[in-house]
Amino acid sequence: MIGIEHYIVVSAILFVLGVLGIFLNRKNIIVILMAIELILLAVNINLVAFSAFLGDLVGQIFAMFVLTVAAGEAAIGLAILVIYFRGRGTIAVDDVDRLKG
Amino acid sequence: MNLASSLYFTGAEVGLSIVGLVLLLVSAWGGPRSARLVTILAVSALVGATLFSWHLFDLAVSETASRAFGDLYRADTFGSFAKILIYLATIAVLMVTPRFFDQRGAYRPEYPVLMLFNAVGMGMMVSATDLMTLYIGLEMSSLSSYVLASFLRNDTRSAEAGLKYFVLGALASGIILYGVSLVYGFTGSTNYEGIRAAFAIEFSTGALFGVVFVLAGLAFKVSAVPFHMWTPDVYEGAPTPVTAFFATAPKVAAMAMLVRMAMEPFAGEVDAWRQIVIFAALASIVVGALGAIGQQNLKRLLAYSSINNVGFILIGLAAATPAGVAGVMTYLAIYVAMTVGSFTALLMLRDPMGQNLETFDDIAGLSTNRPALAWCLLALMFSLAGIPPLFGFWGKFVVFQAAVQADLVALAAIGIAASVIGAFYYIKFVKVMFFDDATREVETESPIGHWIVLGLSVAIISPLGYFLTIPLGEWSAAAAASFAAAM
Repeated sequence: MIGIEHYIVVSAILFVLGVLGIFLNRKNIIVILMAIELILLAVNINLVAFSAFLGDLVGQIFAMFVLTVAAGEAAIGLAILVIYFRGRGTIAVDDVDRLKG
Repeated sequence: MNLASSLYFTGAEVGLSIVGLVLLLVSAWGGPRSARLVTILAVSALVGATLFSWHLFDLAVSETASRAFGDLYRADTFGSFAKILIYLATIAVLMVTPRFFDQRGAYRPEYPVLMLFNAVGMGMMVSATDLMTLYIGLEMSSLSSYVLASFLRNDTRSAEAGLKYFVLGALASGIILYGVSLVYGFTGSTNYEGIRAAFAIEFSTGALFGVVFVLAGLAFKVSAVPFHMWTPDVYEGAPTPVTAFFATAPKVAAMAMLVRMAMEPFAGEVDAWRQIVIFAALASIVVGALGAIGQQNLKRLLAYSSINNVGFILIGLAAATPAGVAGVMTYLAIYVAMTVGSFTALLMLRDPMGQNLETFDDIAGLSTNRPALAWCLLALMFSLAGIPPLFGFWGKFVVFQAAVQADLVALAAIGIAASVIGAFYYIKFVKVMFFDDATREVETESPIGHWIVLGLSVAIISPLGYFLTIPLGEWSAAAAASFAAAM
């Protein structure tokens, strides 16, 4: 029988993978965008699982909001990435170093 | 709690959203030519929203009567006070912006529209009493901030600032959201009151994790140490008026949101969050003071200065008393005046070609070239350092007083000692302006709008500001009274 704990563990693993994806990745900014999506999806699993467990619809409505905002966030992230690429000609994480001090 | 009263209480947000959408159409139709018109209309809308918030603040409806949309949103005095500060800061920034972008031929009508939507989001953040409204407000403000940071799209530094802000801001939102999902799961409610009631019955380990995640994410948004790494980079790279905006309005909104979270849903668990806040406060004061010492870029220096100030504000929150909350609000009001003034002065520093100057070498000998500007900066820097005849001292005084009353004497003592380190770089700023030899020419004329904003903020932080201590104290106390039921 799959209980609430299993969902929480899966979502915790996905969340940690997302955070590690942002900090350990040295190659490509697109991978960072994917890691951010992973974090938001981990949250959604949590919300829907808790919602079903508690028999309370609020969690599922919240998950809808999160999905919508995640779409907007990805669109803005890619737009900023495009203007960044136009100016610099690279999207390697190690090259994001103009601002230092 | 019918629809009419709900719409009335959310009037500022509803009005600003409608004006923002209409102005978006105007800017799509009119193109770059309509930029001035859209700016003027946006400023008028914000003035209207300020007056409406003032009206709600004055009305001081009782805590239960001010609930809108089934307690998703609360139009209490605390929210109205924070909103007035947010709108005023946004107006000031909009007034000094156009000339900066005109120089580069990059001013577009989307800029004031983004500011309006940002203001709507910030208003929702400070009035939210449900985790769902909080998240929507937070994202609305953050998403427009990312675009504003990269607004100079042909400038690689601006694009890089936008990129960094986006990645770290999205991570912070993700952390807050993960905490929110845990809090929801372990309490079964997203409403602040429901969460408090559930915590009073049982505060489980899972819920503790949720609270810690939420606080960590919020610390990110207010740029408190150890989550401050993005601040200097973003402040340096973003266009200067946008930096002025980031340092004022969103910071007030995030801080007010943090205070409301700590004082409403988490009010029963003061012991759980107080240690975190105390650590973040002390670390911010020390890192803000030490990090600024070696900086050459003035925007970077002011970024560390804002980290330093966030530390002092958090000391007021650590007190977890009505006096502490009132101290936070007073400090925020004074902080907004000081920061708007400093960045406006920075915007007025240009070379004869019209390029903005932003390093220490550029301000050497400023007192001979532009004595009035140099004296204004002197007042602002001494006020930021908290030197007594200036009003910046009063903000520090009220938060330390609240901390001492709450038996946090050690915290207050360390805070005062660390503020001395911070004074070093503010005084260095003044030394470079007044005692070094001028190395380059600066433009000697500035537009009247900049002088008005600078003059007003310098008047507030000058010793004249002490006439404000009594009304400001009363307003802050009225704002803090919103949480009387919770404390």
